Amino acid sequence: MSDQGANGMHDRNGKLDQHDQNDKLDTKNPREPSASRSCQDCAHAAAKESRRGFLFAAGTTLLTIGGALVAVPIVGAALAPAANRNPSKWIPLGKLVDFKVGDTVLVTFTNPWGTPDDGDTRENACYVRCLEAGKFQVFAVNCAHLGCPVEWFEQSRLFMCPCHGGVYYEDGSRASGPPPRGLFEYQWRIADENLEIFAGRLPGLQEDA
Amino acid sequence: MTQEKMKPAVMVKRAALDGLRWLDDRTGILWMLRKSVFHRVPRNAKWWYVFGSATMMFFTIQIASGIVLATVYAPSAAQAYESLVYIDEQVPFGWMLRALHGWSSNAMCIMMLIHLAQVFLHGAYKFPRELTWVSGVFLCLTTLGLAFTGQIMRWDADAYWGLGIGAAIADRAPGIGNQLRALLLGGPVISGATLTRFFTLHVFILPGAAIALIGCHLYSVLRNGISEMPKAGEPVDPATYREGYEARVHKDGVPFYPDAARHDMVFCGAMLLVLIGVAAWFGPFGPGALPDPRIIEASPRPDALFLWLFAALALLPPASETFLLLVGPPVAIAILAAVPFLSNRGERAPSRRPISVLLVVLLTTGFAVLTLLGVRSPWSPQMKAWTSTPSDIAFTADRTPLELQGALEFQFAQCRNCHSIGDAGGKRGPDLTTVATRLSWDQLVRQIQQGGGNMPAYGKALSSVETQALVAYLSTLDGGDLRATLTGALEAQPARDAAPEPVAAEHSPRQIQ
Repeated sequence: MSDQGANGMHDRNGKLDQHDQNDKLDTKNPREPSASRSCQDCAHAAAKESRRGFLFAAGTTLLTIGGALVAVPIVGAALAPAANRNPSKWIPLGKLVDFKVGDTVLVTFTNPWGTPDDGDTRENACYVRCLEAGKFQVFAVNCAHLGCPVEWFEQSRLFMCPCHGGVYYEDGSRASGPPPRGLFEYQWRIADENLEIFAGRLPGLQEDA
Repeated sequence: MTQEKMKPAVMVKRAALDGLRWLDDRTGILWMLRKSVFHRVPRNAKWWYVFGSATMMFFTIQIASGIVLATVYAPSAAQAYESLVYIDEQVPFGWMLRALHGWSSNAMCIMMLIHLAQVFLHGAYKFPRELTWVSGVFLCLTTLGLAFTGQIMRWDADAYWGLGIGAAIADRAPGIGNQLRALLLGGPVISGATLTRFFTLHVFILPGAAIALIGCHLYSVLRNGISEMPKAGEPVDPATYREGYEARVHKDGVPFYPDAARHDMVFCGAMLLVLIGVAAWFGPFGPGALPDPRIIEASPRPDALFLWLFAALALLPPASETFLLLVGPPVAIAILAAVPFLSNRGERAPSRRPISVLLVVLLTTGFAVLTLLGVRSPWSPQMKAWTSTPSDIAFTADRTPLELQGALEFQFAQCRNCHSIGDAGGKRGPDLTTVATRLSWDQLVRQIQQGGGNMPAYGKALSSVETQALVAYLSTLDGGDLRATLTGALEAQPARDAAPEPVAAEHSPRQIQ
């Protein structure tokens, strides 16, 4: 197969062919010292050969070092997002008195790492369920199946997912459908009469919210 | 003899020839043209061979329209949506540009899939065209990647939640899920960094890969020649194939241009007009609802091309889902790429390769059925059915107050999101139009309170009085409300003024319709 390809290259035009042959003549002759050559020529050729070897080794080394150094910022910046292990922060959701016992409400908050460039996606939402005064469950809106936004239905006390039909009870446990587990829950605490959650990453199966 | 006597036309012709000669001397362009545009192809390469050309034509449209779109589109999460609206409403021809880009993307994928199926059915991947097939498989993946990332460029609710689905799938990878997801999203959440990432993929990496792969694909087509129409009884034998092919094409072949290219030109031209018509009539895709995670009332759906995947994700058994999601695609791609190495000789004619034909039929049917299911998505609750789906009066006529109260419970407890009555409502659970013919009073109570099958338990959500009312109502749904189509059936309907007996068996199932 490769023979044909090479022939094809030579067929292209005569000039290229000639250049190839000239190149070959130039390079090949000194490398193959014939018996008739003097020893001076031999030494000359040997010196030339070692210089060539040195240049090749030096070139390879320089390019390898340079290439590796250039790769550091390129690969480093490309992989940087994977290195951020713990992006969550405590975020206030609202005053304790605003949450009525027995209610589950949708609360929005701003992503602590967001920038103005994030637009609407800087915002986030979660469900706060107030079991009794000072006792909460805070659920991520993302379905545990594939992350679609679940909707809370107060009358049937269910969360339903519009994508593949995952359903959860009011305590977040799985009721039916494909989700492998219950809703993701945020850690919460009470600070200065405020409800705070530990958030900043999209919740997922690997790590709770 | 002298210059003055020559006519101007001849002089121009001679000058042009001199110029061409000079150009050919410096570039070798005539050789290249002879090897590409005028290469000899089998005489019978006609209408079956147009789909690859059409795919490439649509790709060219994507490049041209995409470049102009990129001059206006703002790849910033804060401005992308507005810049799309700006393109649609302010940029001259902007809406048509977006429509062309969107529809041409679909057309490119369709042509590519037809091309793939045709090459497979004709056994054109066999010796010596194995690598043409492999480069085609990677082109196919690149094209699907472009389609998916293009959907993200719309930066609407579908794009946002679609990314959420992508992130959730990446997250399932054992051990590296977190890192994989962060790489995909460019951070811990879906944000501006996610859009710039997908923008880079969509306008630099994937188009670059596609152009490089098209180069490989076309080069191998030129090198190994276009396959002849398969004939039963003329198997491929690697030992003799090349010699035979070259002899046949040399003796009986025609130059690609203009002989074979006529068919490509007619088909591509027709497809181009269809594209323009469809784009002008239907307009651009989206952008849909705002990509605001605070808006929970979203019902994310992927573009038509990925609806089959959406359906598969709903229907896969949950226990095997992670395994199939992570292992399935690489294995499927590996098998597809390995096709020419599994069989690179023998018969090419579809009539002698029944298993291959069967495979194409099965896969096409499978994808078509999954796509149709994806359109209907019966597994999704209809989130607004309980407030917005109208009830046929027939299903509340002649009920007692208790039964009517039950009908209200049925509506307000979101039962309708999953259950239809008279074909109106969700399809997730069974249709309840004739539920009383299947379940007794006690069975209904148990099903509502404890759930079961795929139904959540309503024991905590409904009081016993509410449950009783609901069951009283469901017990009246014995099919008597259905519009009768048989003469006399209307008269046979039972009177509704009597309270229903608790056991549904008393309402004997009647022949309806």
